[in-house]
Amino acid sequence: MALKIVKGSIDRMFDKNLQDLVRGIRNHKEDEAKYISTCIDEIKQELKQDNIAVKANAVCKLTYLQMLGYDVSWAAFNIVEVMSSSKFTYKRIGYLAASQCFHEGTDVIMLTTNQIRKDLSSPNQYDTGVALTGLSCFVTPDLARDLANDIMTLMSHTKPYIRKKAVLIMYKVFLKYPESLRPAFPRLKEKLEDPDPGVQSAAVNVICELARRNPKNYLSLAPLFFKLMTSSTNNWVLIKIIKLFGALTPLEPRLGKKLIEPLTNLIHSTSAMSLLYECVNTVIAVLISLSSGMPNHSASIQLCVQKLRILIEDSDQNLKYLGLLAMSKILKTHPKSVQSHKDLILQCLDDKDESIRLRALDLLYGMVSKKNLMEIVKKLMLHVDKAEGTTYRDELLTKIIDICSQSNFQYITNFEWYISILVELTRLEGTRHGHLIASQMLDVAIRVKAIRGFAVAQMATLLDNAHLLTGNTQRNGICEVLYAAAWICGEFSEHLEDPMQTLEAMLRPKVATLPGHIQAVYVQNAAKLFATVLRKHDGETESQAAQETSQLLIDRLPLFVQSANLEVQERASCILQLVKYIQKLQQKNVEVAEEVTALFAGELNPVAPKAQKKVPIPEGLDLDAWINEPPSGSESEDEKPKAVFAKEEPKHSRSRHTEVDEKELARRREVRKQEQASNPFYIKASPSSQKVYDAPGVEHIPVVQIDLSVPLKVPGMPMSDQYLKLEEERRQKEKAERKKKEKKKKREKRGKERKADSGPESEEDITPAHQVDIVTEEMPENALPSDDDDKDPNDPHKALDIDLDKPLADSDKLPVRTHRPEVLKSPAEDRDGESVPQETKKKSGKEKKKDKEKDRKRSKEEKKKKKKPKEVEEELLESQPEEAVQSEETKEAAAPPTSTSAEASDLDFWLSSAPVPPAAQEVTAPSSSAAAVDTSSAAAPESEPDEPKDTEPEDTKSSKHKKKKQKKEKEEKEKKKKKRHHHHHQHHGDAGGEDSVQNGTVEEEEPLPPMSNYSLLAENSYIKMVYDIQGNHQDESKVVVSVIFENKSDSFLKAMEFNVLDSLNSKLQRPEGAGAHDSLTVPFQLPPGVSNEARFVFSVQSIVMPQKLKGTLTFIVKSDESSTHEKLDFKLHFTCTSYLITTPCYSDAYAKLLESGDLKGSSLRLEGINMPFHHLLARICFHHHFSVVERIDSCASMYSRSIQGHHVCLLVKTSDQTVSIDAKCDEPSLLGNVLDEIKQTFSKC
Amino acid sequence: MIKAILIFNNHGKPRLIRFYQYFAEDMQQQIIRETFHLVSKRDDNVCNFLEGGSLIGGSDYKLIYRHYATLYFVFCVDSSESELGILDLIQVFVETLDKCFENVCELDLIFHMDKVHYILQEVVMGGMVLETNMNEIVAQVELQNRMEKSEASDQ
Repeated sequence: MALKIVKGSIDRMFDKNLQDLVRGIRNHKEDEAKYISTCIDEIKQELKQDNIAVKANAVCKLTYLQMLGYDVSWAAFNIVEVMSSSKFTYKRIGYLAASQCFHEGTDVIMLTTNQIRKDLSSPNQYDTGVALTGLSCFVTPDLARDLANDIMTLMSHTKPYIRKKAVLIMYKVFLKYPESLRPAFPRLKEKLEDPDPGVQSAAVNVICELARRNPKNYLSLAPLFFKLMTSSTNNWVLIKIIKLFGALTPLEPRLGKKLIEPLTNLIHSTSAMSLLYECVNTVIAVLISLSSGMPNHSASIQLCVQKLRILIEDSDQNLKYLGLLAMSKILKTHPKSVQSHKDLILQCLDDKDESIRLRALDLLYGMVSKKNLMEIVKKLMLHVDKAEGTTYRDELLTKIIDICSQSNFQYITNFEWYISILVELTRLEGTRHGHLIASQMLDVAIRVKAIRGFAVAQMATLLDNAHLLTGNTQRNGICEVLYAAAWICGEFSEHLEDPMQTLEAMLRPKVATLPGHIQAVYVQNAAKLFATVLRKHDGETESQAAQETSQLLIDRLPLFVQSANLEVQERASCILQLVKYIQKLQQKNVEVAEEVTALFAGELNPVAPKAQKKVPIPEGLDLDAWINEPPSGSESEDEKPKAVFAKEEPKHSRSRHTEVDEKELARRREVRKQEQASNPFYIKASPSSQKVYDAPGVEHIPVVQIDLSVPLKVPGMPMSDQYLKLEEERRQKEKAERKKKEKKKKREKRGKERKADSGPESEEDITPAHQVDIVTEEMPENALPSDDDDKDPNDPHKALDIDLDKPLADSDKLPVRTHRPEVLKSPAEDRDGESVPQETKKKSGKEKKKDKEKDRKRSKEEKKKKKKPKEVEEELLESQPEEAVQSEETKEAAAPPTSTSAEASDLDFWLSSAPVPPAAQEVTAPSSSAAAVDTSSAAAPESEPDEPKDTEPEDTKSSKHKKKKQKKEKEEKEKKKKKRHHHHHQHHGDAGGEDSVQNGTVEEEEPLPPMSNYSLLAENSYIKMVYDIQGNHQDESKVVVSVIFENKSDSFLKAMEFNVLDSLNSKLQRPEGAGAHDSLTVPFQLPPGVSNEARFVFSVQSIVMPQKLKGTLTFIVKSDESSTHEKLDFKLHFTCTSYLITTPCYSDAYAKLLESGDLKGSSLRLEGINMPFHHLLARICFHHHFSVVERIDSCASMYSRSIQGHHVCLLVKTSDQTVSIDAKCDEPSLLGNVLDEIKQTFSKC
Repeated sequence: MIKAILIFNNHGKPRLIRFYQYFAEDMQQQIIRETFHLVSKRDDNVCNFLEGGSLIGGSDYKLIYRHYATLYFVFCVDSSESELGILDLIQVFVETLDKCFENVCELDLIFHMDKVHYILQEVVMGGMVLETNMNEIVAQVELQNRMEKSEASDQ
């Protein structure tokens, strides 16, 4: 044995190690492959030796060779051997090699299960770590299933180093073995609050990764993440969480509302650009999810855009890039805000960095409007000229076309201009996108009927100057355009001024140098032109011109008959014979024009790309069923017809008609036509959308007014610019006319369209230059609107779409090793036994035993500990007395139900931005409950439709964001309460009220039904107004007044106008341009019995004093017979409380604040207060926008902040029926007023 | 998720490759070539993000890279990663290498590919970021190296 070791180490001395190998390869630059193959031979020899050190060295070298691209999978078994070495050094080499070259198809992976399990439970944390790292790279479904339980145990390892690795690898396990997600999730969630920041970060990482794919299952974690977001200082974690919120908000708009504030705070405060950027991104996501255009949101969007502008203007290219990237997200929903930065984005087009230019181009795509399209494209055309590299120029070209053609040419007001642009683009040298330009030309010419005349003229010019395009063989790509030009000239030849000339151009000998498919189109369309010429000279007996044309064709076509291209040859010879025949007829003076034209009659309609797919299967039709019994032995060819349709070119393939039985088609078409004609509900797309079979219906086609100031035929001269000028002039004119009209109308319309008018010129105002009739793409009559055919069925994350809130069932267990070996022996492990060296096997057996014993002991201890509180589990445990190892896991699995079931409803509570205390009031004043319900029905309906209506304590219980200390105490309380609730229904509010107080996250944005902060503003027999005032942190001088208007009458209320007499301090915000005394229109009308909410923004200067503003509401009462104009005066009371905003505060920060000594004190005593302390707190929280910082027995500290950042701190104590409030604030008069208001609140009850 | 980490030099020679999704060896080499082609033609003063790697990823993926002297460090990541965050991570990784190798240069990476892998394993695991704190990474790497040494002296 000893000799062997010595021999081994001597061998090793002569072996190459990794460094030698690398050096060798570097010295054999000439014959590297040969050198490496000799090295591989050496390695093979080394792998045959018994010495593990030699083997490890060989494997290490193989890892290097793998990097160079050599397949080393043949050594997989040796890698497993090295992995199972007892020495860390070799183990690490083995696992590294495995992680580089093992994959799901590697069969030896099955042999590793036991080895990995052994390493995972190794006493050496680095053995475990190396195994986890390796496993993360090559985990297979089998490994995941077999090891899930072991890894889950490691998640609670004592060493954070192992914990974080175990947590991270769980994601891979979930992917491969989705069944493990539910049982493992509770523990994963627990790790979010792990004391070690690394573990915490890993857990956040995993959950974010999971939630990104199936966000809806993770909504219930939002409160927890919210807490992490407000408490964590690790930017990595923050970024992940903020990104996660970005994924969650689309599912839950209420979450977005909650996020806006902390996120904007972060945006203002953070210095880390990465964090700032992610915040902006998520705020954008939030704003996208909130459709309502609340005023404070437009402030946030402004903030985002403003910050992004700073990024874009930064000299750091990375920031510039990201700024543009985020900008494009805003663009989708708030194009207006981005459009104002057009200058900046156009500037980025000049950037030297291609990534940035491409981003800017992307942005431009969304920024165009009818108004600026021509201008933007003009700029882009300039860039096209300047662009050097062809790739970027091609990119520009495609972008120009994308921009113009987006959403069905929505932004093009002048198609002549567009055609000119396309023609200009054909002058680009060496572009690859000739085909793209060609298809655009075809598309426009086919779909915009009015433009055909112009298009044909342009195309004729193009054909005439074809030598410019084809002169250089390098310009190959662009000659595709001729394909379109020829087709358009032929198809719409009735618009040609001089068809003869075009015909001549198309038959020039030079054409024969063009690619075959273009020649074919030339030949075919020459025939069409021929028909047109004949028609033109129809009726003239012995027309010289017609005969000349025939002769021209007969002279020129033989060139094409000799073509090597089959298609060209076939068409040419066919047409040649036809023309010869016609010539004969002509010589006999026979009228042929009509018949020849009939060859090409009929019009093509564009068909939507998805039309075929969208034809719904008629009821009762089973496409899979056999129509006749299948003939024996025949292969099914179902696939074939499908392919024929899919490949078909929708637009310009005439041959399609001949493929299907023409007669049958015609018959069916006729039937459908009649059916449509008799069906009053069938809307015809356009008068000529049905096919015309007689002579081309010239009368259908609107004749375009071609402006003669535009030179039509100036080849080589850009003329799109002229259109730009013309367009400007035209708009000016239109604008002037419109203004005149508007002036007349203005009196009647006063105030109604103020918003629309605020912009200089809105989108809708621009009318197209000439009435274009865009033919819409045809779709089957009853096409299904569904559009979800782009989901990937192979996404591994689909399997992870698992409801995590459902309590765990018995079946949700991770597979665990049992003690009976018979069960253990899977075929894989059988083989394992044979192949793994004897020594290691014995060892592992021993260790296994030890481990089991340990496990058993541990689990027993734990059982004892947990016995008392959880009886249910006890039963579970007893039912599995044999499976000691499993017991621990079952416990884990059994524990969650209670908490998880509450989770979903917790979320509702957490999200409902209004706290529950209203219910608490109901309790204290049961007699007035009827009244409360009444007001609630008045106040609630429109405020927040998706708020939870029930205030069941289970629903409102929110245990997530509480400090751990309070947790236990709480639970007990709640248990007691639950019991009580059965008897005293009216106590329901208690728990909720108190909870919201302790959470410290009460927000006052909108009240919950039962009672609200809304107080009566004014009331008469027609209408009732209640209002509430809220501030927000984003703007220190603004408050929002929400007024709910309720129609009490049986009449219709309309034209409501709201006006307030401004004071020096407080002013109603009116749209720009409105006078200081103008009233605001309430943006809705009220049918009888309906109520709705409107919001008005006020700007305030000083907030230290309460204030009252007088105002008037005018409205028209309209009943069946009459309508009257009514008026209601009111007084808006701005209390100091309404300037306070509920702001959570942590006790340490609170203590610091008090210590700082900047605050001045004041106090208040309330006598004869007869309510439970928590009710009292709830009231202060709810009515005065405070949050509880800490509560100890009958003493509580509370905090709030004003919109201008004043801190208000309260210390509330109670004894007997006396409540004393000691208060501190940096603004004494504000404090005094707030205290007065608190006093009033309590004197009322 | 990080899909791949590639380190290659100014001539496109791979110095470390780490794929977190399986690709066959020849495909890996093709990806390296394509990535090198994309990255190498960019100036040093342009941004560090690149879209358009056709072989690896797709529309959701981005190449984020840094160029240090003779080496390119390229991370291929999807949209769940923060772009600036990954740039910072590359910096952390390189600084860690610098600490572990004492003034790291390309030769260190050439001759000690295995060690670079071990360091990377402490930063990224299975495509997810494991640790971003350099001191923690260095400490763990050193502890493991010490273990290796003690095993070697036992022999």
